[in-house]
Amino acid sequence: MTTSFNSLRNGPDERGFFGNFGGRFVAETLMPLILELEDAWEKAKADPTFAEELKSLSVDYAGRPSPLYFAERLTEHCRALSGGKGGAEIWFKREELNHTGSHKINNCLGQILLARRMGKTRIIAETGAGQHGVAAATVSARFGLPCMVYMGATDVERQKPNVFRMRLLGAEVTAVTSGAGTLKDAMNEALRDWVTNVEDTYYLIGTAAGPHPYPVMVRDFQSVIGIETKDQFRAVKGRLPDAVLACVGGGSNAIGMFHPFLDDPEVAIYGVEAGGHGIDVPNGHAASMNGGRPGVLHGNRTYLLQDADGQILEGHSISAGLDYPGVGPEHSWLRDSGRVTYVPATDREALDAFQVCTKLEGIIPALESSHAIAEALKLAPTMDKDKAIVVCLSGRGDKDVFSVAGYLGETI
Amino acid sequence: MTETRISRRFAKTAAENRPALVTFVTAGDPDLETSLAIVSALPKAGADVIELGMPFSDPMADGPAIQAAGKRALDAGQTLAKTLDLVRRFRATDAATPIVLMGYYNPIFIYGVDRFLTDATAAGVDGLIVVDLPPEADDELCLPARAAGINFVRLATPTTDDKRLPSVLANASGFVYYVSINGITGSAAPDAGLVAAAVDRIKRHTDLPVAVGFGVRTAEQAREIGRNADGVVVGSALVGAIAGSLADGRATEATVPAVARLVEDLARGVRAARARAAE
Repeated sequence: MTTSFNSLRNGPDERGFFGNFGGRFVAETLMPLILELEDAWEKAKADPTFAEELKSLSVDYAGRPSPLYFAERLTEHCRALSGGKGGAEIWFKREELNHTGSHKINNCLGQILLARRMGKTRIIAETGAGQHGVAAATVSARFGLPCMVYMGATDVERQKPNVFRMRLLGAEVTAVTSGAGTLKDAMNEALRDWVTNVEDTYYLIGTAAGPHPYPVMVRDFQSVIGIETKDQFRAVKGRLPDAVLACVGGGSNAIGMFHPFLDDPEVAIYGVEAGGHGIDVPNGHAASMNGGRPGVLHGNRTYLLQDADGQILEGHSISAGLDYPGVGPEHSWLRDSGRVTYVPATDREALDAFQVCTKLEGIIPALESSHAIAEALKLAPTMDKDKAIVVCLSGRGDKDVFSVAGYLGETI
Repeated sequence: MTETRISRRFAKTAAENRPALVTFVTAGDPDLETSLAIVSALPKAGADVIELGMPFSDPMADGPAIQAAGKRALDAGQTLAKTLDLVRRFRATDAATPIVLMGYYNPIFIYGVDRFLTDATAAGVDGLIVVDLPPEADDELCLPARAAGINFVRLATPTTDDKRLPSVLANASGFVYYVSINGITGSAAPDAGLVAAAVDRIKRHTDLPVAVGFGVRTAEQAREIGRNADGVVVGSALVGAIAGSLADGRATEATVPAVARLVEDLARGVRAARARAAE
């Protein structure tokens, strides 16, 4: 990592804080485990064989680098929307072409290698949409480790194809019925498992949140997205893009895309949160940075959806992967510092973007990624033709076709 | 060390050559008025220290029984302000029994640490146990609480090794809560032999009383654990007794007596813990 005095890329500090956000707010039982993990991660980073092993798997197993693709017809669509006056070029960073169909594999490969180095013999993970669960189950199968995936009962119901994929991969899927049965409840249950099985178990967190060192570790594993984007865009255009966009739930694909660009002030950065039914609808969205306030949950201080008593709200999104009441702490810090602009996209806007992208580009995006595309459709027409924006297409939408059919009133 | 309700109470039980019985119930479970009646009945039934759970939507360290208790309380409208008010009302009738609030950090953070400490002190709170504030986060609440005269009770666990123990004990006050198992509240019964060794280990590092909890459900377990521990904490069994007394989720005439009976039984257990030594 390049560091300098004025860099925005130096965080976190040694206690895991990005400004006021982050930290290690965990039960004492887990504290020694988290310190052990931090130690193992520092050693792995300093060991060239770790990087080589990860690189080799990323290329041969996951299919990296993922392509950077000029979305020509979507660009034309936006130029038409601008009345021919403008319309920036729209490019996709195609993380949906990775093995398992999303960016989640980048993080899972890194963490499973770390778990092996630590001598852990059992993997646990939480999942919302099932994308991380599938990636965790995949790497566990690849390395022959038993894997337990915690998934909210509501999500098990709305993401059946992914549940079956995980089971095919040999993972055990536990449906969590506490709370509203979504991602935060799954994370609570995974933490309860970890605290009970401290000796042999590795908790493979799927997003850039949780206690330090998870946010920085997951960010570093996902930064391959932004690093490749920079190189690929430069190779085509000889410069950097004018804006990069990504959807933000916990925010792992976003921080992976954003982090390499933080010190490039000519690049505008947009994170797109789940606006659900609308930011003004109480508990009707999952936009923690646009409609929440700072609090402490799941080991870190960050923006959270919560009531006046500090009880965490469930939130809502059409997309199970964005349906989380918190966000990674580095995003909270980037929000307050003003470097990244976080905006909401509603369920309706995401659904429209999903259909436009599918029809015009022949690419079915995940509902999560459709939020980022929705913002691109708003932003591109306001920019000049010689500008370019890159959208992180974090996942493919095959998993969403059943729920989209439901929203469109069709039976399949 | 300044004398507090907590130190006076542990000195008293030590003088009686027995462990203190520390009882946990969730504030506002199953409703505010019944909860006050339960808390008020605890000292008479034999509880020496009262731990009062501050309900939280995401109780990561708790098992099903205390999760359900927290949900009942929140569904009945419990808030941190109401919990402090419950303490104030209890304190008006009992000036001696220590009250320790136990829970998670976020509701306190949102209430505001300074305001919380002011209101907790005024209400008559003696100590705090905040599960997700390890020593690394002492500047958040532990140090301000100590400055305000409220004890910050530290959790030590089987994973807290000798290297880490001094930092865990550094800013501890009131007593040390030894979590007897790796796990969540209300799970497997602890191995009394392992617990005894762990308590001895902690006592080599501190003069504070050491209370043991997580997984202690019966008078027999309380008697066994209490042989060398200064206190025995029982929680899930008590909230389980509350749950078992409800009809359609609401309190019945059996609710308060159900808890009191179990506490009386546990009180006999802790009083028998060192019976032979007392002979």
